[in-house]
Amino acid sequence: MTVYYTKEHEWIAVDGAIGTVGISHFAQGQLGDITFVELPAVGKALKAGEAAAVVDSVKAASDVYAPVTGTVSDVNPALEGEPELVNTDAESGGWLLRLTLSDPGELDGLMDRAAYDAYVAEL
Amino acid sequence: MNAPNSSGWRPEMTSGEAGLAPTSSGDRALALEEALIFELAAPGTTGVDFDHEDEGPMPELAGILRPSPPALPGLSEPEAVRHYTRLSRQNYAIDLGPFPLGSCTMKHNPRLNEKVARMPGFADIHPLQPVETVPGALAVINQLAHWLIALTGMHGVAMTPKAGAHGELCGILCIKAALEARGDPRGVILVPESAHGTNPATAGFAGFAVENIPATADGRVDLAALTARLGPDIAGVMITNPNTCGLFERDMKAICDAVHGAGGYVYCDGANFNAIVGKVRPGDLGIDAMHINLHKTFSTPHGGGGPGSGPVVLSEALSPFGPIPFTARYEDGSIRLIEEEDAGAEHPQTIGRMAAFHGQMGMFTRALTYILSHGADGLRQVAEDAVLNANYVLRSLDDVLEAPFGGAGPCMHEALFSDAGMANGFSTLDIAKGLIDEGFHPMTVYFPLVVHGAMLVEPTETESKAGLDRFIASLRHVVERARAGDATLKSAPHFAPRRRLDETLAARRPRLVWRGDAEAV
Repeated sequence: MTVYYTKEHEWIAVDGAIGTVGISHFAQGQLGDITFVELPAVGKALKAGEAAAVVDSVKAASDVYAPVTGTVSDVNPALEGEPELVNTDAESGGWLLRLTLSDPGELDGLMDRAAYDAYVAEL
Repeated sequence: MNAPNSSGWRPEMTSGEAGLAPTSSGDRALALEEALIFELAAPGTTGVDFDHEDEGPMPELAGILRPSPPALPGLSEPEAVRHYTRLSRQNYAIDLGPFPLGSCTMKHNPRLNEKVARMPGFADIHPLQPVETVPGALAVINQLAHWLIALTGMHGVAMTPKAGAHGELCGILCIKAALEARGDPRGVILVPESAHGTNPATAGFAGFAVENIPATADGRVDLAALTARLGPDIAGVMITNPNTCGLFERDMKAICDAVHGAGGYVYCDGANFNAIVGKVRPGDLGIDAMHINLHKTFSTPHGGGGPGSGPVVLSEALSPFGPIPFTARYEDGSIRLIEEEDAGAEHPQTIGRMAAFHGQMGMFTRALTYILSHGADGLRQVAEDAVLNANYVLRSLDDVLEAPFGGAGPCMHEALFSDAGMANGFSTLDIAKGLIDEGFHPMTVYFPLVVHGAMLVEPTETESKAGLDRFIASLRHVVERARAGDATLKSAPHFAPRRRLDETLAARRPRLVWRGDAEAV
């Protein structure tokens, strides 16, 4: 399993043709306490960069973008009752959705952990 | 108010000064604690005598009778009046102090507006009464429309939209109709990153895809990026000017020329028109549609005192598509209301109705009163004073608060600060809560999103220098506490009727309906 990051602070953990998507620990810290997560319908086709989910916090409602093109195969059922999982466990138990990847080659345009950490340090 | 609040919501007011026993009631002089109205109620109490209590239910209601009485609280009339009056004393209002809410424009509501709106000829008419019985009302609508057209340099105006976002929808539907009328339907609306959230929502609701335009480092629309994106799929752009960073979009004319050159239209969010009224005419910049919030620029009540009103001025290109009904003045001086019956002859390309009736008549009388009592020169001074006040706030605080665009020159009607420079762990929220203890309503926080921990202060034009100095001194004091890491600020407010509320819990587990003691915390 390899984890990639986007400049918009999503992560995608890829296992074969399936990618699990969430927002980074840095992103949850910027948003503040998450109050609601709006997830897409399973089966929805998403293009890379298209709004996939909405994360509401006490400060703002923010779009979460699909890191790569794919079809939604699963969403995190725990978030309906416990949106705070995105705060407490952003890069594991607070995952948002799973995508069946259309073109794994798109992953080459994303950052690895070290590159993302360096990117965040510059912000 | 002696009954303890069974919901348990009565903590702080009994805590008193150190060494002093709390009062037996829990109240402090005229600072009154207040229970929920359900907790004040007594079973069987009512403020009304029913004559026919024993006659039983009316037979014609037999099938739809509710099985049990509604859980309404029983109070006498004076008890009900006192309950709401006591609650109102815990509230903050524009008549108590400034509302420095940026992007909201919380203006003083002149009492002359209220006097005129209450004149029987305006207050006691009904939208369904015969039109020939209300020539005065038609004249008010027409005269206000004339002023809005003159002040904006536009060609026409749609008076019926009910508020800003409704006006946006009206303008965007006119753009859509204009494109379809020339056989050139287009699918994309461009919106800057710093836009009001209603802009992308409006475009989406009207069926357009929305794409963001980036901002430049000085907080304005990136003209080069915008121009590069223009093409045959772009229906138009939506731009707020002055924008939500409190800055005038200097490239507005060039933006309009570029968009028109590519066959698109320009919608301007006129929420901040109060900063430029009498100084700049949007029509001269090339704008095709712009809503005007009468509850902002023209001082009609805002927030809970509303309703809002959002007339939309339209360019010559879009005017044929404007909604009905509207008033038309003829050469003989007569004014007619154009509705469906006449639209075919007078206005065949209309998008139809945006509202059932003629618009927010009560707001029209107030806005026209404001305009006529100020005159053209007075309105210009309104804009100048609003901008002067905002710049006074900006330059009085930019030594303790970072002003991200302060280096780019003066602001317009609102001053924008970031949370840079606070002690570790202190945020914009702490400053807002500290300001409540100081006796002020906080400014807008965490908007616009393009600035970290944004604080957006709009003082409005009627605040005096002395009033601004008091606000500035309080905000400076709170900011200095946040910079120094004063731990007591983290738990502010300390002196409000309620301490810091758990806003996160309230959002995650909202409890909106009273369900009796079973749910008491």
